[in-house]
Amino acid sequence: MSDPEFLALRNITISYGRSVAVDDVSLTVPQGELLALLGPSGCGKTTLMRAVAGLLPLTQGGIVLAKRDITRVPANRRDVGLVFQSYALFPHLSVFENVAFGLRLRRAPATELKQRVDAAIAMVGLTGFESRLPRELSGGQQQRVALARSVVVRPNLLLLDEPLSNLDARLRLEMRSELHRLHRDLGVTMIYVTHDQAEALALADRIVVMRAGKVAQSGSPEDLYERPTSGFVARFMGFENILGVQPDGLSGEKGMLKIPTAGLTDARALAWRPQNVQLGEGPFQGRVIGASYQGETTEYLIESAAGLLKAQASVTAPRHTVGENIAFDLPVSRAVRLLEV
Amino acid sequence: MIRIAGFSVLGLALLFLLGPFLIIAGAGLSAGDILVFPPQGFSLRWYAGVFEIERFRESFLLSMELAVGSTALALLLGVPAAYAMARYEVPGGEWIRTIVTAPVIVPAIIAGLALLRYTVIPLGLPVMAALVLGHTALVAPYAVRVVTVSLTHLRPDVEEAAILLGASRTGAFFRVVLPNIRNGVMAAFILGFITSFNQVPVSLFLTGPGVSTLPIDMLAAMEFVYDPSIAALSTLLALMSVSIVLVAERLLGLSRYV
Repeated sequence: MSDPEFLALRNITISYGRSVAVDDVSLTVPQGELLALLGPSGCGKTTLMRAVAGLLPLTQGGIVLAKRDITRVPANRRDVGLVFQSYALFPHLSVFENVAFGLRLRRAPATELKQRVDAAIAMVGLTGFESRLPRELSGGQQQRVALARSVVVRPNLLLLDEPLSNLDARLRLEMRSELHRLHRDLGVTMIYVTHDQAEALALADRIVVMRAGKVAQSGSPEDLYERPTSGFVARFMGFENILGVQPDGLSGEKGMLKIPTAGLTDARALAWRPQNVQLGEGPFQGRVIGASYQGETTEYLIESAAGLLKAQASVTAPRHTVGENIAFDLPVSRAVRLLEV
Repeated sequence: MIRIAGFSVLGLALLFLLGPFLIIAGAGLSAGDILVFPPQGFSLRWYAGVFEIERFRESFLLSMELAVGSTALALLLGVPAAYAMARYEVPGGEWIRTIVTAPVIVPAIIAGLALLRYTVIPLGLPVMAALVLGHTALVAPYAVRVVTVSLTHLRPDVEEAAILLGASRTGAFFRVVLPNIRNGVMAAFILGFITSFNQVPVSLFLTGPGVSTLPIDMLAAMEFVYDPSIAALSTLLALMSVSIVLVAERLLGLSRYV
């Protein structure tokens, strides 16, 4: 039943004058998938999403949704829902009327309308708030109304533009699991745009990382978290130490760490998370220039021949003090091999 | 010390602004037959008598029609103009903005003369059409400005949300934009109405035989009849404007838009 190419973006390019915001991106999304578009601001993810919604024209390429070419279909006839970062609720309408807006446009019969709106409001836990105006709601509640308003019309595709970025940390976690539940219950295909890799990892079935208008890497959260292929994605996923592979050692910003690299020639660079840097023993020498206590762990900043490295040691490991000279190791067995720096 | 000085300056300014009005209001209360201050005796007969003067009744109605009609017309032009300039990169938008606000900057007497000399006479426009044209041009800048202010309070993505829920562009405008700028449009209407109703310099050139606005009629009447009814009428009109503004302030928060 599920269509592996429910949404297909084919060679999409979007440019403004000379600047290219999205550069030849192709992407398919199976029905029911929750895809995260992840990337720093300015990488083109929001532009791409607005183009899928029909709010921006494509410079080149095409979009197929549910076997229908929607490249030239106007935004109001695409059956694509969008939850805005700013919620974009209608300020003059009550919660009920905000949610009912799309159904009224579709001339849904009164009883069906009431029933569906009530169900959508109940689904986001706002029963009892029907007659409130948006300005009388908290940010989290407004977010829920925006969600209910988008899903009540049963769109083919639901786009979410940084939906949690205006909420405080606790509410963000709560809404995250709520979104997860919603996706599971409704089975609607979703594209979730975010710059927060933790959000993407926690929510998505699949993540597409974008950089400068292109897809940098796509895969399951595990793929991206454990096997990034480029320095850009590795840094995004928390690999803070990235060293280039040279014939006679590993190169950083400042210089080299000499080790035999005979078996590593297929990789352009190696990357370690801070917790994979081994402190106290090893072939390299460095100096602790910063230590920050974080409860369960302590983070150290180490100055080495290759440049600054970040290490993390557990609470049970011996403590090191700033200024101390220290031996360390970058175990190749715990490194990720990058094909691109 | 500074406080006392401040209050005296404020007091003098208020006296300067309100003094003439108080003198006129007082003169209208006179029991005598000529317009003088201080009033001779006290009577409300001039205030009551104003309503009996036929020519003022006629020109009052004409002024009302003109003010309502030209303000409505100015809004019909001004709301779409303000919307287009607020939402789109209009080519030459800065120029259009300047031209649209020009009637506020150009002295009205010059605007009136120019309108008469280069539009009304060459086209042979009837008096009422000329008046509507002049007043609409005069009121349009207020419409554009006030509506622009209320549009900046409405985020453009609210319209996009409506469109993605199935509304057309026009549908989104009427269902979402208009209800949210309603107060601004009403504020613009009130400002436009008062501006048009009290207008003298432009009307001076455009009124003609048998068709005259109230302020022009009053100006003409003063040359022939020098009794306190003019003072009484002026006071009533000023009170009308003030009460409209006060009511609008209470209902709409008029001062937010001006």
